[in-house]
Parts: sequence; structure tokens; C-alpha cells
Amino acid sequence: MQDRNMRKKRREEDYIASGMIRFNSYRKGHDIAFTLMFILFAFLCLLPLIFVFIISLSSDASIRAVGYSFFPVEWTGTAYQYLWRLRQTVGRAVFNSLFVTIVGTVLSVFLISTMGYVLSRKHFVLRRFYTVLIFIPMLFSGGLLSTYVVNTQMLGLKNTYLALILPLACSSFYIIVMRSFFDVMVPQEVIESGQIDGASHIRIFFSLALPLSKPALATIGLFQSFAYWNDWYQARLYLDSGAKSLFPLQYILMNIENNIKLLATNDSFASAFSGISIPGESIRMAIVVITVLPIMLAYPFFQRYFTSGLIVGAIKG
Amino acid sequence: MKKSKAKYKKTKPVSIRESVEMFILSLPTLIWYVLFCYLPMFGLLIAFKRYRPAAGRGFLYSLFVNSEWAGLDNFRFLFANNKATTIRMFVNTIGYNIVFILLSILLPVTFAIILSNIKSQKLAKVCQSAMFIPYFLSWVVVGYFVYAFLSTDNGLINHMLVQMGRSPVKWYQAEALPAWPFILVLLYIWKNVGYGMVIYLAAIKGIDQTLYESAVIDGAGKWQQVKYITLPQIKRIIVIMFILSLGRIFNSDFGLFYQTTRNSSSLTPAFLTIDVYLFNALFSSTRPVYGYISAGGLLQSVLGCLTILVAAWIVKKVDPESAIL
Repeated sequence: MQDRNMRKKRREEDYIASGMIRFNSYRKGHDIAFTLMFILFAFLCLLPLIFVFIISLSSDASIRAVGYSFFPVEWTGTAYQYLWRLRQTVGRAVFNSLFVTIVGTVLSVFLISTMGYVLSRKHFVLRRFYTVLIFIPMLFSGGLLSTYVVNTQMLGLKNTYLALILPLACSSFYIIVMRSFFDVMVPQEVIESGQIDGASHIRIFFSLALPLSKPALATIGLFQSFAYWNDWYQARLYLDSGAKSLFPLQYILMNIENNIKLLATNDSFASAFSGISIPGESIRMAIVVITVLPIMLAYPFFQRYFTSGLIVGAIKG
Repeated sequence: MKKSKAKYKKTKPVSIRESVEMFILSLPTLIWYVLFCYLPMFGLLIAFKRYRPAAGRGFLYSLFVNSEWAGLDNFRFLFANNKATTIRMFVNTIGYNIVFILLSILLPVTFAIILSNIKSQKLAKVCQSAMFIPYFLSWVVVGYFVYAFLSTDNGLINHMLVQMGRSPVKWYQAEALPAWPFILVLLYIWKNVGYGMVIYLAAIKGIDQTLYESAVIDGAGKWQQVKYITLPQIKRIIVIMFILSLGRIFNSDFGLFYQTTRNSSSLTPAFLTIDVYLFNALFSSTRPVYGYISAGGLLQSVLGCLTILVAAWIVKKVDPESAIL
């Protein structure tokens, strides 16, 4: 009871303190109209997700009768049952995606933060050189073919996990974000205090600078992990049918027209499917759902990192 | 504070040991840049060669020993093969990008300004988060969303058309061609508006509130506050975002054009951008001619780079305060 009173009081105080809101808000009608408009926009952004989820739970008979619909005539979980039967193939793809995402994110956070740290140290001899080094690729790149030829014929990345990981591992933009963060959050004094204790720069980086920059590492790590999870382009470029066991989920999804048949005709599953017609329409959408699900589950916990002003700070600086 | 500064000056210049340590720290990233940014730039030499891969030999052997110089032949070939296609892909790339760039400044800035003034900031935060979600979905997934609506047999839109007594449309066939530019723009906005909003909202949150307070005291209305405080304060960020996107005006968001249209050949006129053309040239022909595909990439890079430099120069002349380069 007391608690509630206190909370109420605090809310009132907040309200008075933000007198701005009182004197400087829209007229009531406008405020309601704008709020409703944004609720509508937010809803439109989520609508396709809901739609695909509903389709994945519709029976094939229902899809034949009323098409893809928000209100299927018959609900069923068969698509997911079939996915479960395909767990060896689909599970492999989920594993590939997870593996690439985890290894890639760790690697890219390492590459980005070390360079960010070095660039934030004002008196390093190579600072100028490094600044130019990371700036040029923001203006100029080798383009599709040259990159493809170098990666396949020179670095030998064709049909390897590395092809899915390395090309996306670093970004000049994130290095600049990281550098601005170190500039502010890890001042020279901190570094010197480490040096007085006789620590090397490598030691200082890992035990002083990194722990101080968790928010920045989290933000960049999350953006990168979503980039890895969502990537299909590297797989399209560097994997061919000889490397089916490396296919990530997005790439399976992209080729699903062929793959459903392939998954179904695979001998180890033939018995599982004998005499049953495959729910082709809904199984596709079920794979979309499991592709999107990790993102949707992770999103509520991490969205505060995305909406922080970190990136704006870097752009300003 | 002062003391540490004095000491700081004394410790300068950095000792050799420190430099070595920092070099070791930066070495992995340096190697990455050499391998994945600078080698491909060097590989652009293919654009000036009649590239013939030598079986069993490395890339360098193929490039320097096995392939002869071609001068500008590759560039000539790029433009000579089919005039209509060439014009189409340049017009599409630049046209879409101009629309994208304009809308992805106009809409997010407007939305961010409105949203930052809504009374229930809690609700505003929820809406903002929801609108950011499409940004984190891949174009493959979005392609399936589109398919759920536009599929000829089962799509929601065709079912609605039939129920209204209209005939269904084959959305992935030539008959729907005029609609696709609008669909593509809509999809781009749908996916990216949240990202822009988050950036501009953060920028607006960073504006000194006392500016608004004094404006209110002076009797400024909402519109005047936007015009004289909000916009000038976030101008720099708008300019930077604008210039950065200009640098990619000859590139395109490949997934949008390739995935959502299902690379359907009858829709080609609507989605043929330079990237799509080069990609299909590399992967859809049995014997791709490396030279002119590489020439196309080089052209994209050079033109994009020039655009960015010119834009930065103009900004510097017109408004030195927001200059970035």
C-alpha cells in the first residue's frame, strides 16, 4: 500500500518535472490520432510474421479451400511434425546457422574491438595509416566478381565454413563506432594506471578496456550475429551442391522448392513419408517460422542495445 | 587531472615496446583488411585483362601469365552487348536509389519527430521497437512474406480479388509488371524505416531540452520548434546519412531485387539493377566472361566513389558546418 502511494507520488513528481510535456504536447485530438497511426504502423510491421505463422498451422485442405488466410478453416500442426521427422536435415541446417553465427560473431567482435582500441590511442605510430586503411574500403570495393575470384581461386574458400564466416567478419563502420566509444569510455588515465602496474597493452585491452565497453560490444555483437544468422548471400556465392552438409537455414529456405522434394525423397526419410502426402504449402512457412523464431525470441531482451544512441554518437563524431 | 596530463606529456612519445604491443593487437584485423578488402581491389585488374583461369595454377599465375591485356575492351563489351539492357539497368539502379534515399530520409525523420512528441512515451517506445523488427529479417524471409500475399493460386490478395468478383492477377508474371516498382519501394520502406527512425529518434533525444523550453516561453508553436530547433539540430546526421547512401547509388540492395521477385524472368524489366545483371552474368551462364563482369564492378565502385566526393564537396561549399570529409 505504502509502496503504491510512493510510486504514485513519484509519478506525479515526474509529471510536474516534465512540465514540458504539459505545456508542449499536441492537442489531445492530434495526440490520439498520431498514437493510433503509429500503433497501426507497428501492427503492419508485425502482420506478415503473424500471417506466416498462421499459414504454417493451416492444413493443406484449408489452403486448397481458402488459400493463405488469416482464418484457416482447419488448424493443424502436421507441418511441424514433418519438420521434426526431417530433424536430421533441417537440424543440420540449424546447427550450421548457429555455428556460423556464434563463431562469426566472436571473431568479428574481436577484429572490430582490437582495431577500435588501437585507433583510439592517439600516439600510435601507425594511427594515420590505419585510419586511411579502414576508410578506403568505405568508398571503394573490389565488387562482386573480383571478390568472388579472389576468395575462391586464391584463398580457397569454396565450400568451406570459412566462406560463410570470414567475408562478413569486419566492418569499417563498426570499427569507427568502437573507436569513438573507447575515446570516451576508456580515457588515457585508465590506460596509464594499467601501465604503472606494468601491464602490456594486450593485457590492458583484455582486462581493462574490454570490460569497460560491454554495451558497445553487445550492440555490435548483436548486429553482427543477426547479420550472420540472416546471411544467404555468402552461401549462394561460395557453396554449391557438393557442400550440402554446410547449407545454413536461410539457404535451405531459399532453395526450398527443390529441397522439399529432396528432403522427402531422401531414402532415410522415405519410410517416414510412405503413404502420406507432404504438407508442402505449410511446411515452407513452418521453416520460415523457425528461421525467424530465434530473432523474435532474442529481440525483446536486446532491443535496448539497438535503440541506444551508440551509433548516432559515432556518426556525430 | 592536471598532474596526470603533465605525466602524460612526459610518457610521450610512445615507446617501441608499446608500439609493438599495439601492432600485435591490430595485426589480425590488418590481415583481414588485406585479404578481404585490398586483394579484391587488386583483383580488379581482371577488368583490364582477357582473364583465362589456368587449371591447377593459382590466381596470380592465371592473371599475369595466362591472361593477356585487353585494354578497355571489357568496358566496351559491357556497353555494346545490348543497349536496351544497359540503359535499363542504369536507369533502374539510379532511379530506385533516388527514390529510396529520398524516402528513407523524409519518412523516418517525420516519424521520429512525431513520435518524440507523443504523450505516452511508453507506447512510443513499443511502436518504435515493433517497427525496427523488419530490419532484422532477411530478404529470403521477406520474400516468403511477399509470396504469402501475392502467390497466384493461394495468395491473400488474389483470394480477396476473387471474392470481390475480380479476376486474379498473376503477380510474378509480366501482366503485373507495372505494379512491381511500387511493391519494391514499399518493401524497401517497410524493411528500413525502423532503422532510420531509431537513428533520428536517438539524435532528437540528444538535443538540449532547454532549447525547447526557451522556445515555449517565447511562444513558439510545434511547427516552429521543429523548423528552428529539431531540424537544424539533427541536420548534420541527416547530411551524413545522405552522403553515405549516395556513395552506394550505383549498388543495390541485392536481396530485395533478387529474392522478393523470385528472380522471375518476366519481371526482369522491373528489377534489373547493375548488381542483378552482374550476378546473373556470373551464375546463370555456363561460361561466364570474367572480364566484363569485373569491369561492371569497377565502374560501380569508381562512379560511387566520385558521387560521394562530389556530394561531400558540394556540402562543404554550401554549408561548411555539416561538412564531413
